[in-house]
Amino acid sequence: MQTREMISTGNQLAAVAAVDAGCKYFAGYPLTPSSEIMHTLSDLLPQTGGVSMQMEDEIASICSVIGASMSGKRAMTATSGPGLSLKAENLGLAHMAEVPLVCVDVMRGGPSTGLPTRVAQGDVSQVKHPSHGDLKSITVSPGNLLECYTQVARAFNLADRFMQPVFVIMDETLGHMHGKAMIPLEEQTKSEIKLRKQFEGKPEEYFPYGVAQDQPAVLNTMFKGYRYHFTGLHHDKQGFPTENMDTCTLLMERLFNKVEQHEDELEAYEEYMLEDAEVLIIAYGSVSLSVKEAIRHLRSENIKVGLFRPITLWPSPSNKIKEYTDKIEKVVCVELNMGQYFHEIQRVSSRLDIDGLFKVNGRAISPHEIIEKVKGL
Amino acid sequence: MAFDYQKYLRVNKMPTLWCWGCGDGVILKAVVRAIEQMGWNQDDVCVVSGIGCSGRFSSYLDFNTIHTTHGRTVAYATGVKMANPDKHVICVAGDGDALAIGGNHTIHGCRRNIDIHMIVINNFIYGLTNSQTSPTTPQGMWTVSQKAGNIDPTFNACNLAIAAGASFVGREAVTDPKKLEKLLVKGFSHKGFSFMEVLSNCHINLGRKNKMVTARENLDWIDSITMGKMKFEKLNDDEKLNYLPTGVLKENTEAREYSEMYQEIQAVHQGQRATITQNDFEKKI
Repeated sequence: MQTREMISTGNQLAAVAAVDAGCKYFAGYPLTPSSEIMHTLSDLLPQTGGVSMQMEDEIASICSVIGASMSGKRAMTATSGPGLSLKAENLGLAHMAEVPLVCVDVMRGGPSTGLPTRVAQGDVSQVKHPSHGDLKSITVSPGNLLECYTQVARAFNLADRFMQPVFVIMDETLGHMHGKAMIPLEEQTKSEIKLRKQFEGKPEEYFPYGVAQDQPAVLNTMFKGYRYHFTGLHHDKQGFPTENMDTCTLLMERLFNKVEQHEDELEAYEEYMLEDAEVLIIAYGSVSLSVKEAIRHLRSENIKVGLFRPITLWPSPSNKIKEYTDKIEKVVCVELNMGQYFHEIQRVSSRLDIDGLFKVNGRAISPHEIIEKVKGL
Repeated sequence: MAFDYQKYLRVNKMPTLWCWGCGDGVILKAVVRAIEQMGWNQDDVCVVSGIGCSGRFSSYLDFNTIHTTHGRTVAYATGVKMANPDKHVICVAGDGDALAIGGNHTIHGCRRNIDIHMIVINNFIYGLTNSQTSPTTPQGMWTVSQKAGNIDPTFNACNLAIAAGASFVGREAVTDPKKLEKLLVKGFSHKGFSFMEVLSNCHINLGRKNKMVTARENLDWIDSITMGKMKFEKLNDDEKLNYLPTGVLKENTEAREYSEMYQEIQAVHQGQRATITQNDFEKKI
């Protein structure tokens, strides 16, 4: 595959990816450390006939993104923890009404205002359940500069395939890391665009939510003669509010089924030096860069360590995690939080003897700390 | 020939959820009649509503319709409008919706002067949730959340919209559907943010505890607190406190509309014009 060299930051690469993936609408609010995404898109989107809005608050930015997406445009917002909390309610509506969108979360130290300019991975649980009620999250986690590009582009296709928000969780380190990335050509990304399905029959035969129990809604572009209704209420196959018990049950089951029954399409992970590994490290995001560095050192001392890095965090690549945690005795989960994904590893592996290396002071985990941890196992 | 409402209504979604005698039905009909006058194609119109009794407005209208979260109509509508600048976007919100939980979006919609037609149905109370105080509930009235009498000062919605920069602001009441229809046509014809407050009755959840048990009594009260703009202007300041003027209260056809202005941004980035500077605007601060 042909590539192009970009010397840039994770935030800027995420913005470039959005434009290449056909995003036509962005709305955001200044929120460190994600703001550069808005800065970049405010230049790039108008160039391609798109719109980039700085809204009055985080809530308005997610709402206007949902509005633009309902009308048929590819749309994105970017934020960090405090903004994600504010967006939560309307992310719930997007799940309920099956409105595709990409929400980039460049994580910083929390809770509350926390450590605004410093790194953390504290939103991993929140993106799993951003809003009240039951929903099935799709979340991807880039682990290097290249993936800040490729995973954002992928997120747009996933959103249109599954018709729901897709979270891209980066962290401050990735967002602000400046370096060289060999990214796919614009034409390559464009050629991979798969837009949401459209119904092409007669308007009177169109039921946007009347689909098979494992399929997402088919939402036609607005203003094209298919007039229908969006609502955050429980709704029937036409999209109109209902409290019918069976309809509500079927809707909730379908919202879960459409993801759970197609997890093979979502699974993405990296296996690094795992063939002969006697110690398994599980890490994601920028932390994986430190882990890889540590593994190279440890290997030079003949300590056989490998990394399993989930790229799709939710739903978790549970079969693969189970396979490795069954095979390898010593397992360490390394995260910039108090163990949010650690609990998922425990659940999936059914093991309570898994070790964790957690850090929540806004500083990256250094390879040295990981080496110490592994040697102390 | 009788007016064909059915063309614009989702009759199979009726009867509505609104109580008997509710003013929302009058507004629904006025909106339909105004759209007919505008000659808009149903496919080119998007109606966005919030939460509350007025939230159900969109589901009865046969357009592209969105029933959003509480207070966020203008924010959703901004996305629809900016992504589709040539389409017609109407917001319908209640007083709690537009002025309390969604107050921020309302004032910023006004400030941007984006071409959204916003209808605020003001029934002076949270009706759907059973009589809580809204930002327009008159002081001294009984509400379920202030049973000793409401002490919260009120917003004057139209004054708020004017101050925030909406280029078209008007007010009418359901007591005069013809005038209401005229106001809506003017607002829909206006390029820019048009803010239209419609005073409506909620005899069930405002009236019953405030000596306006029937719709008629509630409507009479609305009549008693409204006054045509011309007549209102002649009142002294003390008298003005007790009336809400009706009619077109502000109309500025010169103010630049936001989605049109955004085309200038696109032109700059596409190299068709130089950067926008302060000299492009009459207002410097």
